[in-house]
Amino acid sequence: MKFVDEFRDPEVINKTAEEIRRLVDPARHYRLMEVCGGHTHAIYRFGLKDILPSNIELIHGPGCPVCVLPMGRIDDGLELAKDSNVVFTAFGDMMRVPGVQGSPLEHKARGMDVRIVYSPADALKLAKANPDKHVMFFAIGFETTAPSTALTIIRARAEGIHNFSVFCNHVTIIPAIRAILDSPDMRLDAFIGPGHVSTVIGCRPYEWIAVNEHKPIVVSGFEPLDMLQSIVMLLRQLKAGEAKVENQYKRVVPWEGNRAALKAMSNVFELRPYFEWRGLGFISQSALRIRDNYAEFDAERRFSVPGVRVTDPKAAQCGEVLKGVLKPAQCKLFGRECTPEHPVGALMVSSEGSCAAYYNYEHRKAMATTLAWPA
Amino acid sequence: MCLAIPGKVIELFPGLPYLATVEVAGVRRKVDLGLLENDMPKSGDWVLIHVGFAMSKISEQDALEQMQTLIMLGESEQAIQEVRGYGLEDADEPEAS
Repeated sequence: MKFVDEFRDPEVINKTAEEIRRLVDPARHYRLMEVCGGHTHAIYRFGLKDILPSNIELIHGPGCPVCVLPMGRIDDGLELAKDSNVVFTAFGDMMRVPGVQGSPLEHKARGMDVRIVYSPADALKLAKANPDKHVMFFAIGFETTAPSTALTIIRARAEGIHNFSVFCNHVTIIPAIRAILDSPDMRLDAFIGPGHVSTVIGCRPYEWIAVNEHKPIVVSGFEPLDMLQSIVMLLRQLKAGEAKVENQYKRVVPWEGNRAALKAMSNVFELRPYFEWRGLGFISQSALRIRDNYAEFDAERRFSVPGVRVTDPKAAQCGEVLKGVLKPAQCKLFGRECTPEHPVGALMVSSEGSCAAYYNYEHRKAMATTLAWPA
Repeated sequence: MCLAIPGKVIELFPGLPYLATVEVAGVRRKVDLGLLENDMPKSGDWVLIHVGFAMSKISEQDALEQMQTLIMLGESEQAIQEVRGYGLEDADEPEAS
């Protein structure tokens, strides 16, 4: 419970943890999935597992955009940027993600014009400042970042910018949850719903999980107390045999979501018939592409995309970890060939990836204990 | 990328209705308010920012709590570096005073 001291209100934390202990049935094993990678990071950072009873198992979900992107898409994006006139831009999270011929940062070291941007709007600014270059933005993310990409494309059209395009890899969270529930090796009791995705989509899109699948889901904030309260709400539902969508993060998430953001997305994007997810395979209607009306900003239509398909390194078990079938440390490469310094799989790159989170907090802690042990 | 950064709206620009200067932990940056067009923030309001775009209005207390969460997650430095915009801030616009 190393991080408990840092909690703002340890007394409330302790009371909530007590409530959790009161609610659990000792004869039952609970498998709760936190969908969002931000929650995964927070769970390890705050050492929440140490607070929870041992029969509550937290399964890490698919909500890490960098982790679910198949390697071939990285190679495709980098291939387009081999044209010396193209500037490759992406969020910092993407820069160390390995493609077959290396990560964007390694391509930069070999001379490619690769730039980190904080916002798609910065990529557009770069295009304006460099009219003789073509600036391509490698877009990733769920519904938290997709509206910003959409609005940037709308702004580019309004401002008459022609040397800007988007390589769109935006995905949507609901089909991924559906794929996980359809997976035969996956048994889950309930979901901790993503917080910031839900500021955009609201809570209504989760209703089928409660109604059709009879699984409780609670949209949760990111503080330790938020997550513990969400677990209390889930346990209460499970105890009562109920399945509802509840919103623990009301102070930020409106039930109906953000209509302006949804409108921007639907103006610019449409669903792809199918898209490949790392670890989950092809999922129908699970990703976004740019509508015909904005085709001039679609890098996939402006350039010829090789359509690279790459299977993950055989020894790496990213898929099983991503689906929650294996724990990070159960992968053969974990902590040996695959570390945050030298990632083989994407789950080790992003701070939201379960392997990186596990390595940075659990594994380092265990190694420190081992080293401190007298010989 | 998925964790929002809280900021306070400092200045709106009459000629550019979707742009505002927002302050995050002492760092100022222009952000786009277009995704809040149905409920536009005013100067002094607090917002949650995702990749340069304000996504929701929040209370001051929630903003401080969100910043505390980022600090506890060890992501506040990265958040501030992001807010600095990797040097692209105001490449083509006058600096807000």
